[in-house]
Amino acid sequence: MSILVNEQSKVLIQGITGREGMVRTRLMKDYGTQVTAGVTPGKGGQDVYGVPVYDSVKQAVEECGELDISVVFVPAFLVKEAALEAIDAGVRLAVLIPDRVPIHDVLEISRFSKQEQARFVGPNTLGLVSPGKAVLGMIGGRAKSAREWFSPGSIGVSSRSGGMTSAISYYLTKAGLGQSTIIHVGGDAVVGLSHPEVLQLFEEDPQTQLMVIFGEIGTSQEERVADLVSEGRIQKPVVAYIGGKAAKSGTRFSHAGAIVEGSRGSHESKVRLLKQAGVHVVDAVADIPKKAGQLLKEKGNKQ
Amino acid sequence: MARLFEYQSKKLLKQGGIPVPEGKVVSSPEQAAEAARELGRPVVLKAQVWATGRAEKGGIHFADSPEEARKAAREILAIRISGLSVEKILVEEKIDIQSEYFAGLVIDDAEKSPVMLFSSKGGTGIEEIARKHPDQVARAYVNVSKGFREYEARDLIRQTGVFGKTLTWLSRVLAKFFQVSQKYDARSAEMNPLVLASDGTVYAADCHFVVDDYAVFRHPDLGIEVAREFDRPPTELEKIAYQVEKNDHRGTFYFFQMLDEVDEKENVLGFNGAGGGGSMMSMDAVLDQGFKLANYCDTSGNPSASKVYRAAKIILSQPHIKGYFASGSGVASQEQFHSARGLTKAFKEEGLEIPAVLRLGGNFEEKAIEILHTYLKDIPGKVEGYGREDSPEFCAERMKKLITDNDFLSHKVRPLQEPEITEEVYSFQTPTGEIRINQEKCLNCSTKACIEACTQNILKLEQQKPVLAISREDTEKGKCTECLACEIFCTFHEQDAIFIHLPIKGLKEYREKVIRKQEKCSDRRK
Ligand code: SF4
Ligand code: SF4
Repeated sequence: MSILVNEQSKVLIQGITGREGMVRTRLMKDYGTQVTAGVTPGKGGQDVYGVPVYDSVKQAVEECGELDISVVFVPAFLVKEAALEAIDAGVRLAVLIPDRVPIHDVLEISRFSKQEQARFVGPNTLGLVSPGKAVLGMIGGRAKSAREWFSPGSIGVSSRSGGMTSAISYYLTKAGLGQSTIIHVGGDAVVGLSHPEVLQLFEEDPQTQLMVIFGEIGTSQEERVADLVSEGRIQKPVVAYIGGKAAKSGTRFSHAGAIVEGSRGSHESKVRLLKQAGVHVVDAVADIPKKAGQLLKEKGNKQ
Repeated sequence: MARLFEYQSKKLLKQGGIPVPEGKVVSSPEQAAEAARELGRPVVLKAQVWATGRAEKGGIHFADSPEEARKAAREILAIRISGLSVEKILVEEKIDIQSEYFAGLVIDDAEKSPVMLFSSKGGTGIEEIARKHPDQVARAYVNVSKGFREYEARDLIRQTGVFGKTLTWLSRVLAKFFQVSQKYDARSAEMNPLVLASDGTVYAADCHFVVDDYAVFRHPDLGIEVAREFDRPPTELEKIAYQVEKNDHRGTFYFFQMLDEVDEKENVLGFNGAGGGGSMMSMDAVLDQGFKLANYCDTSGNPSASKVYRAAKIILSQPHIKGYFASGSGVASQEQFHSARGLTKAFKEEGLEIPAVLRLGGNFEEKAIEILHTYLKDIPGKVEGYGREDSPEFCAERMKKLITDNDFLSHKVRPLQEPEITEEVYSFQTPTGEIRINQEKCLNCSTKACIEACTQNILKLEQQKPVLAISREDTEKGKCTECLACEIFCTFHEQDAIFIHLPIKGLKEYREKVIRKQEKCSDRRK
């Protein structure tokens, strides 16, 4: 199955005529993603690698029928507008690639998507890929690499670092372990789908047998994963690596921040809580494939 | 994090309709006395620094007369608070405080929503109070599309036991506080203490405001120089680097100086990471080898070659580093030859003498490594390129080996140079610079390599000389991606006729200063 995207998803590209938009449209198409339409206000009527360009998302939907996903490549300060437009036109998943989107904009997108029961990934994400089916965003960089680095299988990968998303998946592939879906949740403090939400989707996905997360210091994402595992809401095995041991613990903004977060956010807190919950925390990224392979084998024997 | 000083924060509150004590910012004892005279009543003088617990550190004084204010100001300006010198003092009317409260706004990543906090006990030690008396701290999530209404504030504050007229006053202030926070894109904001004066007025006696880095562009009025998570004012080099970041949005560029001055005797590296996670992993690897880092720099998210070039030029403006280490996740989606070309141009110009280990694993890594090895084999410093199969640990070991082999030679900062412009030069603007072609030289060129090299196909031959095949306007707007391929091909395979000028504002002057210092040091040694 995989989560969030597959070979049937109909995909829209917002900002399709820009530098990144064009290059990544090509990547997605070459990989097999169903890129159905593009939007750049004022450039309606053109086409990019055979994908028709429209002036608005609504127009794209009118011409092409319902669109499942939009990948957004517009400049950071226009991301809010683009995301709201997509969700308003009935798109169920927005993937927000740009870096440096103002946090209050993200809060507004979040509010609106909750109300409309839509989802978003990012901002500041490389995107996601369901190997062998479809890729969204810029993960893999080009179709050839994406095919080489990622292979279909039963491991769900969720990472807060873009580069490490590919790195972990590549090392898994090299160890003969395929992936169901690989997702870079984005590097910012507030993101659409965060680790806990992604893991719940993996939990429900029949293809996924095991999950790998790459966590980092700051935010409460890993702690919330620990909560879900403790509560039994995630039952499939989870392997985790938490980066940032050498770094100072998460930046404190204020007294108010300290009151709300308590000790949460630090490397130590994340590792401790995850271990207590029964998550397999490894000390080096290189140990991930080994641990995952071993757990899958045990699981196979039990069945 | 773009922090604001207390006086700046208070200005925002005041504009938003929240009462603040009357006051003035000064920077000399004379001005302080003058301000106290104008106010004509007892005052408090507060050092404007980004440090908590100013009072215990001598940053807050009271004065009953202009003369006392002058004396107090002199004392404050002479001290350092948490290592920071004081440049500005806020002179304010002294408020007769009846009770102190706390109000704060933070963003909760789990709920993806702002949270408003209020405590009926404010002042110093608020975190302690919150731990001991959780019942006196109330919190409420804010619906961003509706804003924080007065009735919501009332419902929040009454939970802490406040009632009557004070409740109404405080609610009004809190609702306005949210408006100001949202308007100015607060990453966090707090009023502590928020006070009730004996005259019945509510004042924000102290205020702390952090503007979201990514929203600084919306608020030019705040005059924030560098929007970054610093717990200290930015260094000169960081300010220069920030201009690069601000003016070129292709990919990420982040520069943080970790050592103000590099000790010649220490093993310090210039560090160029790519991506947060991969950089952290790579840093761990070099720290394990006993290195220190002069800086932390991140060029990722598919940066242009010109951006990586500028990063390298900035990193190499730090004297005494022993090596240049670049490493990211190892499996980067970005086209790594851009980074390779940026580094090549920079290292070549610098005549780099220290070794460099460049782990450019990812897309087109073979091409990237080939570029490095082909074009940088003749510079004095040894350059080694690596890919995704080479671990950061291995690369860190190589770095150590090369530095040892190089006899721990220290990097010497050189003046920034650019070729003189002759009249024959054909030039055009690129998004962040200028390409200059000395067409005289092209007459001796047999391959016309630049035309092929430009994969954007924006160059063509006209009477055996390269010229733009598209409009100047389109070129400047981004058709020229500043991939640097044309220059590198021409430099190494042909007549060295192309120079791409990529200015970095302020770096020339900065280097001159560093060089003067450098020379002084070596004079002393003689
Ligand atoms: S490669 Fe150099 S010398 Fe040859 S035509 Fe191009 S710019 Fe002129
Ligand atoms: S002119 Fe062409 S080759 Fe030269 S920097 Fe611009 S895009 Fe690259």
